[in-house]
Amino acid sequence: MSIKTPLKKVTGLGSAKSGTTHFWHQRLTALANIPLSIFLIWFIASVAGANRLLMVVMLSNPIISSLLILSIFSILWHMRLGMQVVIEDYIATESRKILALTLNNFFVIGVGALCIISVLKLGFGG
Amino acid sequence: MAQLTLPKGSSVKAGKVWPKPDGDNIREFKIYRYDPDQGGNPRTDTFFVNVSECGPMILDALLWIKDNIDATLTLRRSCREGICGSCSMNVDGLNTLACTKGMSEVKGVIKVYPLPHLPVVKDLVPDLSNFYAQHRSIEPWLQTKTPAPGTEWKQSHEDREKLDGLYECILCACCSTSCPSYWWNGDRYLGPAILLQAYRWLIDSRDEATGERLDNIEDPFRLYRCHTIMNCTNVCPKGLNPAQAIAEIKKLMIERQI
Ligand code: SF4
Ligand code: SF4
Ligand code: FES
Repeated sequence: MSIKTPLKKVTGLGSAKSGTTHFWHQRLTALANIPLSIFLIWFIASVAGANRLLMVVMLSNPIISSLLILSIFSILWHMRLGMQVVIEDYIATESRKILALTLNNFFVIGVGALCIISVLKLGFGG
Repeated sequence: MAQLTLPKGSSVKAGKVWPKPDGDNIREFKIYRYDPDQGGNPRTDTFFVNVSECGPMILDALLWIKDNIDATLTLRRSCREGICGSCSMNVDGLNTLACTKGMSEVKGVIKVYPLPHLPVVKDLVPDLSNFYAQHRSIEPWLQTKTPAPGTEWKQSHEDREKLDGLYECILCACCSTSCPSYWWNGDRYLGPAILLQAYRWLIDSRDEATGERLDNIEDPFRLYRCHTIMNCTNVCPKGLNPAQAIAEIKKLMIERQI
């Protein structure tokens, strides 16, 4: 048992003095995602049903491959930040929360690496 | 801590139906009752109020019940005119002040519960210790380092106007206890009422602790649990806009970084 005053509980470990970067990046990536998603939809529509050769030709255009990599980065980062908030909101058990946050990071970094390397591989000639 | 269902001991059971008084102007109330001395689950009692015998507000009816039917019905009130913030409770699903909410604003049975997601002391009285401690934690008083002037700290009319829409807050906690983020993380998230107060001191032109104040709330939980759900602004019985105050604090946080 532990007897603590309400103020002691409220002040806890003090302010983390962070959170602003997270908040700012979430807004920034949300903004970036608007044009990038439009590009992505255009890209997917134009390569629908394409064979490997056409993909290689498309991705060898540095503008297309750069936009694709930027989209992957921005969307995944936005997702990571959003998922982090959801996990912090709804998972109260500390150990489970840390596990979920770690998996969230691993997932985003893993999927991001896979996507970006795939784009580069095709872009450099398959 | 997200808890989507009530714990067993907190689920509300049907309670007593109190006898109907005579008269043709009768309104039905369902009121949350919990008595820690008796234990057991909370319940909702049904009361019938002769509204010709009392004033038009929800508080008038509750006091009529206390005077005429069940003197043990427990609630807080003081000013009975929307200025002390004591009589905040959940009426017809919305947090509000019982003294300024008219019975005519509610159709059918009038349901009255304590403010949501707080420990209940008795009936309509919630435990606000955490809320008050949170208010204390933002140090809601003028802080200065410049030696105090011989007269008063001066403030221009323009700067004084910036406090309009903030100083009127009566700390009734209607907003904070309507905020889902505060429900889930009220132990760490300061909630709209306290953040509105924090903003009131942040933009006071006389205050010299702005930086320290921002440091104190720059925290993923204390401030950034606000997800702009807007429940706070929807319920504030004083018509204030805590969500906007919070957005302004976030702007200040960014402003001092770029
Ligand atoms: S705007 Fe923020 S403080 Fe207001 S209800 Fe929503 S999350 Fe809570
Ligand atoms: S902002 Fe409004 S609802 Fe919130 S505590 Fe102040 S007066 Fe009450
Ligand atoms: S009794 Fe004071 S606000 Fe209702």
